[in-house]
Amino acid sequence: MEPDLVIQMYRSMLTIRLFEEKVKQLYQAGEIAGAIHLSIGQEAVAVGVCSALRLDDAVFSTHRGHGHLIAKGGHLPEMVAELMGRQTGCSRGCGGSMHMFESRVGFMGGNGIVGGGLTLALGAAFAAQYRGRDGIAVAFFGDGAAQQGTFHEALNLAALWKLPYLAVCENNQYAATTPFVAAVPTADIAPRAAGYGIPGIVVDGNDCLAVYRAATAAVERARAGDGPTLLECKTYRVEPHCGIIADKRPKEELERWGRPDRDPLEHLRRGGGLSDAVISAAWHDVEAQLETAVTFARGSPYPDPAAFLREHANI
Amino acid sequence: MRMLQYIQAINEALHEEMARDASVFVIGEDVDQNGGVFKATQGLVERFGARRVRGTPIAESAFTGLAAGAAMAGLRPVVEFMYFDFVGVAMDPLVNQMAKIAGMSGGQLQVPVTVRAQTGARTREAAQHSQSLEAWFLHTPGFKVVMPATSYDAKGLLKSAIRDDCPVLYIENRQLYYETESVPDGEWTTPLGVAEVAREGRDITVVAIGYARKLALSAAQALEGTVSVEVIDPRSLAPLDLETILNSVSKTGHLVVVHDAPASCGFGAEIVRRVVAQGFDLLDAEPLVVGSAHVPMPFSPPLEDACLPSAASLTAVIRKIINR
Ligand SMILES: Cc1ncc(C[n+]2csc(CCOP(=O)(O)OP(=O)(O)O)c2C)c(N)n1
Ligand SMILES: [Mg+2]
Repeated sequence: MEPDLVIQMYRSMLTIRLFEEKVKQLYQAGEIAGAIHLSIGQEAVAVGVCSALRLDDAVFSTHRGHGHLIAKGGHLPEMVAELMGRQTGCSRGCGGSMHMFESRVGFMGGNGIVGGGLTLALGAAFAAQYRGRDGIAVAFFGDGAAQQGTFHEALNLAALWKLPYLAVCENNQYAATTPFVAAVPTADIAPRAAGYGIPGIVVDGNDCLAVYRAATAAVERARAGDGPTLLECKTYRVEPHCGIIADKRPKEELERWGRPDRDPLEHLRRGGGLSDAVISAAWHDVEAQLETAVTFARGSPYPDPAAFLREHANI
Repeated sequence: MRMLQYIQAINEALHEEMARDASVFVIGEDVDQNGGVFKATQGLVERFGARRVRGTPIAESAFTGLAAGAAMAGLRPVVEFMYFDFVGVAMDPLVNQMAKIAGMSGGQLQVPVTVRAQTGARTREAAQHSQSLEAWFLHTPGFKVVMPATSYDAKGLLKSAIRDDCPVLYIENRQLYYETESVPDGEWTTPLGVAEVAREGRDITVVAIGYARKLALSAAQALEGTVSVEVIDPRSLAPLDLETILNSVSKTGHLVVVHDAPASCGFGAEIVRRVVAQGFDLLDAEPLVVGSAHVPMPFSPPLEDACLPSAASLTAVIRKIINR
């Protein structure tokens, strides 16, 4: 593994972690409104997968998508501004947490509909194949979303047409407050891939390098024209489902997943042999970038309602 | 001039737009098998190949979502719904995805999809194959909705829809498929948002969409010498050419809207709302809507006929309003 790449991955995961912590603070302080879904603890999935992608590959995300956008190269000032509903936000204040878009880095949007991105991503994969390009499309989705009909329809069509498509199931073991075992009759999602004649792979979703290796193989396969892969990343959502939902998960379980060896950042620090100097430089930089982003967002104006309605409300 | 069938008009528009723009592709069930169930896509796969004419599994949600995603990536998909009713299994990609993406992304992405949905009634296909669901989409910001009633507009509106940068729901009517009409030589488009005065008259304005345009013209014919009926076909339901309707009502003072969808909460109710809001003083009598009965459409021919508007029922309503 390239040392630079490992450092890059660590910084990207750290950016997600500190971004989410900052968002939580701003949310609690009332500076961010609405619903926010944090991805603390799941950083290795976003970063492991997106590190295997090119800028022109398309990512379709979920309601829990801040990390995916950061890992794909999203711009922090525009992200914070979007969360604060500002004109300078990446979706001009029209999207918010669940609907950030940054198409210039191949981020084709979060999605407020569980399972909604699975079929949209087919379209970007189709477009690449149609044009004879070797771009690919990734659909991130949760363990809960795997129970939607779109999961089946999308994988069947992607496999049938050998689309350059990567379905990444972030199995964080809960769908809102419903545990995985209460929604799924089997231990894993990945074996369903056999039903479509495509590879289905289970990977430790808190091991960034393992996710990266699995994603790289899937991406190569897709680029070569051999079709889609279903990649199931076992992980854990450390924070409650959403800002407003009470968390009743077993204390023992939370503690087990909170241990340093399960923490994706710590895991990569150890496994990647990153020095203290590298780590502290990363912290320093990321904290400074976040400060700049928050300052930018706070200083940005709200969109003008009259101008918005003039432009968009046409009845 | 030449004669053109409505279904051929659709087929010609697809041929011409696919030839004009390499980013246009057609997707839906059976579209690559002998031109599809109703032959709208006849000859496309032979001419443009299987890459651009994509027959799909029966998975409306998947191919509609795919179309939205492909449009986000810069292609111009034309999606075929074999029956309008089947949008029921694809409402999420249509309503929550396709219609929302331009708005949610702050205008960053466009979604130039054309959704062709085949509707119609009086064909004894009962409740799940007879619905005219335009109101669902008119009620959804983000969609444009068009409903051609002639061969000329079937072709002209489909070409405009494909070239438009927004999602456009193009509602075609199987009862009109084999109607033939004389059309000009050469190319034309029908712009979105421009109504047509299908027949001029002085006493009452009848706004009629889709198959109901035929009913309105028959009623106008039947009333000739008694009531002078002006028939307006909006063609494009959203954006709507309200001005042409208001101009007509300012002349006639009377309004009735007719369509195959139920009258409750439908397009007609919306026309009445807008005419009342912007032209209340123009009206000499209460405006009315003639639509189908508020029932799941029954199969038995006498039952179905009784539930749908007809030239006779429209004629009776016009007589009642005008009191002649
Ligand atoms: C179609 C739909 N149903 C329900 C919801 C409400 N909802 C939002 S997130 C969520 C749980 C999703 O679980 P999962 O897919 O595992 O993703 P996670 O939240 O764990 O990241 C639910 C039920 C929704 N947004 N969309
Ligand atoms: Mg989950």
